[in-house]
Amino acid sequence: MIDTIKRISGVNPRKCMKCGKCTASCPAFDRMQFHPHQFVDMVENGRIDELMQSEGIDFCLSCFACVERCPRNVEPAKVIEAVRLAVVRQQGGAHLTPDEIPALLDDELPQQAITAAFRKYRK
Amino acid sequence: MQRVGVFVCWCGSNIAATVDVEKVAEVLGKEPGVVFSTNYQYMCSQAGQEMIQESIAKYNLTGVVICSCSPRMHENTFRKTCEKAGLNPYMVEIANIREQCSWIHKDKETATEKAVILGRAAIAKVHLNAPLTSGTSPVKKRALVIGGGIAGIQTALDIADAGFDVDIVEKEPTIGGKMTQIDKTFPTLDCAACILTPKMVDAAQNEKIHIYSYSEVSSVKGFVGNFKVTIKKKARFVDETKCTGCGLCTEKCPQKKVPNLFNLGLDNRRAIYIPFAQAVPKVATIDADYCTMLKSGKCGVCSKVCTAGAIDYQQKDAFIEQEYGAIVVATGFNPIKLDNYDEFAYSQSPDVVTSLEFERLMNAAGPTGGTLLRPSDGQHPHTIVFVQCVGSRCDDSKGKPYCSKICCMYTAKHAMLCREKYPDTDVYVFYIDVRTPGKNFDEFYRRAVEEYGVHYVKGMVGKVVPENGKLKVQASDLIGNQQLHIDADMVVLAAAIEPDKSARPLATMLTASMDTNDFFTEAHPKLRPVESPTAGIFLSGACQGPKDIPETVAQASAAAAKVIGLLNKDHLICNPCTATPDEMMCNGCSSCEKVCPYGAITYVDKEYRGPNRTTLIRRVAQVNPAVCQGCGACTVACPSGAMDLKGFSNKQIMAEVDAICR
Amino acid sequence: MPVNEEFKPTIVAFCCNWCSYAGADLSGTNRLQYPANVKIIRIPCSCRLNPMFILRAFQRGADGVILCGCHPGDCHYTTGNYYARRRMTLLFSMLDFLGIERERTRVEWVSAAEGAKFAATMNDFSATIHKLGPNRRLEDLRCRKD
Repeated sequence: MIDTIKRISGVNPRKCMKCGKCTASCPAFDRMQFHPHQFVDMVENGRIDELMQSEGIDFCLSCFACVERCPRNVEPAKVIEAVRLAVVRQQGGAHLTPDEIPALLDDELPQQAITAAFRKYRK
Repeated sequence: MQRVGVFVCWCGSNIAATVDVEKVAEVLGKEPGVVFSTNYQYMCSQAGQEMIQESIAKYNLTGVVICSCSPRMHENTFRKTCEKAGLNPYMVEIANIREQCSWIHKDKETATEKAVILGRAAIAKVHLNAPLTSGTSPVKKRALVIGGGIAGIQTALDIADAGFDVDIVEKEPTIGGKMTQIDKTFPTLDCAACILTPKMVDAAQNEKIHIYSYSEVSSVKGFVGNFKVTIKKKARFVDETKCTGCGLCTEKCPQKKVPNLFNLGLDNRRAIYIPFAQAVPKVATIDADYCTMLKSGKCGVCSKVCTAGAIDYQQKDAFIEQEYGAIVVATGFNPIKLDNYDEFAYSQSPDVVTSLEFERLMNAAGPTGGTLLRPSDGQHPHTIVFVQCVGSRCDDSKGKPYCSKICCMYTAKHAMLCREKYPDTDVYVFYIDVRTPGKNFDEFYRRAVEEYGVHYVKGMVGKVVPENGKLKVQASDLIGNQQLHIDADMVVLAAAIEPDKSARPLATMLTASMDTNDFFTEAHPKLRPVESPTAGIFLSGACQGPKDIPETVAQASAAAAKVIGLLNKDHLICNPCTATPDEMMCNGCSSCEKVCPYGAITYVDKEYRGPNRTTLIRRVAQVNPAVCQGCGACTVACPSGAMDLKGFSNKQIMAEVDAICR
Repeated sequence: MPVNEEFKPTIVAFCCNWCSYAGADLSGTNRLQYPANVKIIRIPCSCRLNPMFILRAFQRGADGVILCGCHPGDCHYTTGNYYARRRMTLLFSMLDFLGIERERTRVEWVSAAEGAKFAATMNDFSATIHKLGPNRRLEDLRCRKD
């Protein structure tokens, strides 16, 4: 599982020097059980299951502030994205067929949400 | 054919662990011309060297091949060993089986095979070696120090103390460098100016030291013992010999809106200025970018008030040529620009300052007279946040990959001074690691925490937002696993330090090598830390790597000792590996003369005996061995193959090629 | 040409004494590995390399030759590597003309501080030569090993 996360995210947790700038930059800090610097540490120490079951991983806004400001290019946001992907994959059958979509559309739905729905939405 | 002895070194386990040294010695012993072959634990030890000397006598060796570490390490050692045994030192060849074999290969069989081939190449070369004798060249008894900071001043004082003339070239109007801008020094908290300015005065009054202030090195020619340097004295529009440093002009000048660079732009100065009260030399300088007289020809106030008549608007840049035996580089450092780190709002708020700016704000001679006030509104700050590692220890694409070394200590100093002077301030220091390796350094940092109550937080500041006259700081506390939000009055950034920008072009002029961060490289990182790989160039202070003041002074004195050692010699032994023409083959085409970077090649007309008892006059190349540095450019340029390089002759290199490809 | 699994190329590396040889030493000091078939010959400066040496190496059965010198502008002898660069450019066009694979010869600038670059360059060059297979065209059969 660790290898899958590393492969999907392309993150090398060993580059992290544990400065905490990612966590300091995170706007969604209060909503998450674990915080950006912990994501990286958990990948390094094999605590992926704990991370996948933790609360609040969906609250990561993917704002990439942590990626932008990390002095060592570790890119914690990519870890959380990979973890979310892994969670979705584990759920299985978490996708819509194309003919199910029109019924769910409404005018105010942004394009991006439709795309995201292919991956995330589950009845 | 030479009688060759082969000596294979184990280097403890460094070589022996991956190379079967006994097998190498055995195989090489069967090579043509090898009369003796052996192996030993440490060839460079006393016992090893004695063994080489005994073998030379016993087997009447005329050539020696040593399979050991890099020739850059011990070639000279072994040459001296053989010289003592009566063998010409240039009959020694080294096969590098440590750095270029045992250390890079893990498989013993492969490494052994490669060691044998490298040994063969060295044997093939040594067969074609010829005894060489070194010439000598005289030494100019004068040293040049580039940079007049604490490093340059200390080096110059020490060299002058030994009785040699020294010139200091400083690009600013005064010597003193960064240390003049610093308030207190860690870990003793003594005043920087009190310990530096006496040294500046010593340098100025020492008759052996000449200071070229407001000057730069514009070209360097020559080589160790005989450098020819052109120094550009930039026009300061004031006659240094007449100016008394009274400072009247700096008070009367009507142009008042010039950013004061000495105070890092925190206040303004006039267009004619003396950087600070204790400047050496204490001479005014006109800033040509701001002076209305120089720009539009209207004003001339300074010239009217100057009782000494020192103002000279017509002054031009002057060029001075001087010869030196040795050159010391002491170009120092600068804090980096913070454009890439705007999450800290450095460009958005005047209350976000760098540590060097903070140093000026705390300094009694600074823009606030030593009272800590916010640059934005002149109010006393109550909450101050220090951020460490701004730009240091970053990935290459984002900042400097190295640790700037001094920031942990000066931040502890700043925090301590704040708490001492203003006990009502809250001081936070955000750190990744606190690095305090140095005498009394960790004790100092602990005092800041334990006695002065500075809040050290393991974490980093993520962003700073100026809002309603406050600075909203969002940071992480990794021990408490929480996010902190602090309303700060000031934020101080410990910016990474980088080598001065003038160092790169200087390195090119000096042909001294630099690393990827533009710090000068030393000849050996451990054993020759103050010498550049280029002979006659020495390194002093932060131009070689980040350093604090005690280290800088130690290194400056070390560099001075090396310079004194060089200048003490009347003659230097030249490299005997010089180019030499075969006059009978030379056709006088001048190709070699054109490519020689040292002008070592000249042409002369010589008489030769021709057929039928006639005399021919032919134009042939001559090499001055004292000037030739042995690069070999001429040997390849020569169309007739007349030019060859001693010690690296065409035949020798081809023999090596053949041995490797065999 | 099919890649021969047993093929162990012979690679000659000419390194200038001041930068690249020191860079090679540094990669050793840092224990960075590169193939054992790279054998280094020390020359004072990259401008000491007579193109004749390269031809000689090919003639004697070398499969690749690489020249390493100081970065342009950083030559210990001020201008040596500029001469080397021009000479090698000429040699390259001559080798092209002769029909020798261009990839068999290479010039790289490696400073004394670039141990990692030296090792990476040698790994890459060795892989390239391995792909090209043995040098047949310039090899002098009289100098054949067996």
